[in-house]
Amino acid sequence: MIIDLIVFIPVIAALAIGLGAEGRKTALGAAGANLILGLIVISELMRKGGEELIFETSTVILENPKLTLGFAVDGMSGVLLLLTVIVTFCAVYISPEKAPDGKVKLYHISPLLISTGALGAFCSTDLFFLFAFHELALIPTFLMIGLYGHGRDKLAVAWKITIYLGVGSLILLGGLIALYSNLTSAESATFNIADLTAIAETMQLDQEVQKWIFLPLFLGFGILVSLFPFHSWAAPAYASAPTSIAMLHAGVLKKFGLYGILRVAMPMLPKGFEAWEGLILVLLLGNIIYVGFVTISQKYLDRMLGNSSVMHMGYAFLGIACVNHIGWNGAVLMMFAHGISIALLFALCGSLRERLSTLELSEIGGLASKVPFLAVSFGFAAFASIGLPGFANFASEITILFGAFNGAGEVGNLQKAAILALWGVVISAVYMLRAYRNVFQGDSAQGLTLVRRDSLNKIPIILMIVVLLLTGFFPNLILSILPS
Amino acid sequence: MTTAFIILLLPLVAAASNLLLLRKKANFSAFVSTFSAAICLVLTFGLIRQDDLNNLGSFNWIKIADFELDIGIELHGLGLGMILVVTLIGFLVHLFSLGYMREDAGKARYFSGLSLFMFSMTGIVFADNLAMMFIFWELVGVSSYLLIGHWYHKNTAAEAAKKAFLVNRIGDFGFMIGILLIWGAFGSVNFVEVEELVRNGNYDKGLLNWSVFCIFCGAIGKSAQVPLHVWLPDAMEGPTPVSALIHAATMVAAGVFMLTKVLFLIVEAPTAASVIQYVGAITALIAALMATQQNDIKKILAYSTLSQLGYMIMAVGFAGLLSGGAVLGEEASNAGFFHLYTHAFFKALLFLGSGAIIYACHHEQNIWKMGGLIGPMKITSITFLIATAALAGIYPLSGFYSKDAIMTVAEDKPILLVIGSFVVFLTAFYMTRLCVVVFFGKARSWSSEEAKEVPLLMLVPLLVLTIGAIFSGQPFAYSWFVDPKKIPHPEGVVLPLILTAIAVAGIIAGFFLYRGRDQEPYPVQVLAKKFYLDEIYIILVRIFQDAVAWVAKQIDRLLIDGLLVRGVARLVTEIGSVLRGMQSGNLQGYAFLFGVGVILVLYIINAAIG
Repeated sequence: MIIDLIVFIPVIAALAIGLGAEGRKTALGAAGANLILGLIVISELMRKGGEELIFETSTVILENPKLTLGFAVDGMSGVLLLLTVIVTFCAVYISPEKAPDGKVKLYHISPLLISTGALGAFCSTDLFFLFAFHELALIPTFLMIGLYGHGRDKLAVAWKITIYLGVGSLILLGGLIALYSNLTSAESATFNIADLTAIAETMQLDQEVQKWIFLPLFLGFGILVSLFPFHSWAAPAYASAPTSIAMLHAGVLKKFGLYGILRVAMPMLPKGFEAWEGLILVLLLGNIIYVGFVTISQKYLDRMLGNSSVMHMGYAFLGIACVNHIGWNGAVLMMFAHGISIALLFALCGSLRERLSTLELSEIGGLASKVPFLAVSFGFAAFASIGLPGFANFASEITILFGAFNGAGEVGNLQKAAILALWGVVISAVYMLRAYRNVFQGDSAQGLTLVRRDSLNKIPIILMIVVLLLTGFFPNLILSILPS
Repeated sequence: MTTAFIILLLPLVAAASNLLLLRKKANFSAFVSTFSAAICLVLTFGLIRQDDLNNLGSFNWIKIADFELDIGIELHGLGLGMILVVTLIGFLVHLFSLGYMREDAGKARYFSGLSLFMFSMTGIVFADNLAMMFIFWELVGVSSYLLIGHWYHKNTAAEAAKKAFLVNRIGDFGFMIGILLIWGAFGSVNFVEVEELVRNGNYDKGLLNWSVFCIFCGAIGKSAQVPLHVWLPDAMEGPTPVSALIHAATMVAAGVFMLTKVLFLIVEAPTAASVIQYVGAITALIAALMATQQNDIKKILAYSTLSQLGYMIMAVGFAGLLSGGAVLGEEASNAGFFHLYTHAFFKALLFLGSGAIIYACHHEQNIWKMGGLIGPMKITSITFLIATAALAGIYPLSGFYSKDAIMTVAEDKPILLVIGSFVVFLTAFYMTRLCVVVFFGKARSWSSEEAKEVPLLMLVPLLVLTIGAIFSGQPFAYSWFVDPKKIPHPEGVVLPLILTAIAVAGIIAGFFLYRGRDQEPYPVQVLAKKFYLDEIYIILVRIFQDAVAWVAKQIDRLLIDGLLVRGVARLVTEIGSVLRGMQSGNLQGYAFLFGVGVILVLYIINAAIG
């Protein structure tokens, strides 16, 4: 029941806003309530271990095939649920009262709908709703970029992300349909994920069948995670999106693809992964090395951050490619850590945008003495994002790397990929420290004007930093509820 | 909580509270940091006198089924010497900083950084496994970054901090690969466990050589060995007490300490070991050459530090060649550590002395603007001269003994012995040059004319370190953590006599060449410009990083974005033109795709039922 509450509280709040309730306050109330409920769910998972699904509910919609609207959490869903409620709370908190055009309703409804979509997708026990909830979350994303995006080309950007994610979803849908029709028969048709997994384990589809179902699933999910070479929607979209939307999409919604791979593709089609392992390793290195270089050459802070988030997805894919629990748990921890840290970075970037006339790196400089709180927080976020020990990001990266070398007496393809991926830690340090040095250190740039000097909302910023440090010092808080 | 954990965590608490709560009260935060350093020093004295050093505490950091990474504490042998160096010199530097940074606007931030550094460095010394060592390895990197960039509004400081961090990351890239190879091969990264497994002998020799080489990359970065040495001279942009603590006595020596921790691997990896030797020897040589032509007092000391670290690394590298038995290997690494130990005292003294000089000369760092300082600054000058003599290896100061130990090890390879001896000459030479120019002759600028002795608070650390610089080479100063019999001593008096003669020759040469000069009489561009390595690196970065990045960006823009996406976009727009009657294209276009999806699902459901 508690999960149903968590999933639908944002919708109810959105309805209330639609009917005239005060925008930001209502949204914040809903997000705050969800944050508390989320912590209750996590504490229950810690007590029970996170191997089994708990808090399961279901409403049967169709008998045969069995289609149910149902929710439950195990460790992995729980971690992503926690991520969602934290980022939603911070994103709502950081949003201004009114949209730039003075309107309120859509501006505050959209983040809530995205939140519900993500929560529903992460907690659905049913394959159909796993997909459908994610689609629900995408629509407000597109709308918000198109309506309230930054930059002159915001419509083009909105179109681009629409096409990309639309095509990705379509490919994914094709894969899901193929999976479903191969696993079920007319008598035992079901959309229940746990049932389907059990069927897949006993049925053991042919290698060849697995291979060709796995491909669309992986590509479909992959496009949603900005897998190379389908990544070029992400950076412009995040640079253009309103702050709260960038936080929610990059921080939360993008993790849906990884979640889907770990929840659906890997357990149901293990041989499918084996068939494509080489290709996947190449693509993930594309994310890390190639996109890493693209990130280095960015001239604007927001684009740089957007690309960096694409790059880090490579490590999550690497964790998945380990095909062991060390790598997988590392990947889940990575989703959590990256989700918080990129949301934090976009929140700070948004604050800078409000205060500066430009985000072009060469035009800014020496801000540390002018906005000390922003400078210190950005320092924390930057070091978290480049994997400094003490932050959750490092814990996840080292776990993934150890997963890749687990029991590796010799250096095989996976290990070679991991070594190359490791070069990414140098690349990310290069672009992050360059940006930090350009924005906050050195001389004050000539002619740079601080448009606004009023204080910003410190609470969400501090909250995210504390979460990153807490889970970085004690990663077992997260890892202990993941299956091993 | 064990004493060891308190020593580890107390500075972290001090750093955090300084940053969070005490920023407005700078003096109080300086006090908090210094006090925490003092407590750590006292606790360390207690800890190293403790008989039982097992079970110092352990904390399970990451656990996934059988896979565990711990923050565990292991302390014995050389580690005991190292922790004393860290806490003692750390405390003295805190004390000195109280004077040196008294007027600084960012004092709270500075002391916060120092405490963070103490935490990180202690962690390296305490680490009982490679992963934990790597964690604190990175953390000293970031504390060094923060302290080098303390005066962040200066472009040079900001650049130097960034450079230090990035160059170290390159080394750490190798270090991590090494750790992962060890983990893959042995299924553990714990020092004791891996040593046991190595002893059982069931491993791939080639892979082990690679692992040792990769782990050594970490030391190349942190201990600033060639070719990653370029960050250390730039790091002198940080406040001088920081240079004394981090960039002379402790952090840069961490590479040497780390190699002594993995000695059991080096003795089994002769190929990697000889790489270690040569890297050390080359660094010792070219850094000493560069030191002879620098004009900034701190840069001279920085290159000197590089050179001495090269010595230590070279000595440890001999462990792999003497692997007739592990005992001999242990002796070689002890020689390296012995020099680390004595060097920590006299080099910290030199840096703090230079800090005192810079403080007295109104932040003038050019030696050619100084002169005659022995008059107004007697105590500082005399301590500085003692440290110089110790560094030059003059009997009976500490450097004499540790240098002899290293040269005794190097006797096995004549070429390295020759290089080492030449470096002895260069060391004596460039230090004499520095001293002659700074302390003697007449004042060459107003800043040195007005110089006067520094306050007592800054003199006390100098005096304490002078005691260390004189006596740390005596058996009573080190026998409590290493058996003096296991430190190599030259047989007979021939080697010590020759080395002393070489050092004296260096002193005489320096004295006569630089006596009474007011500017560099013998400019050698290639040395003054540090063999143009910085310039070469900048070009390499331009080519390999910035150019590749630019190309990648163009590919992204033109190919991936241009062809692939525009192609798809055109296709979709064609399809979407069906719906052109409606407005606000993005939503409708998406709704169309979504609708197609739903219809397909319904169709499948229908088919399944039917």
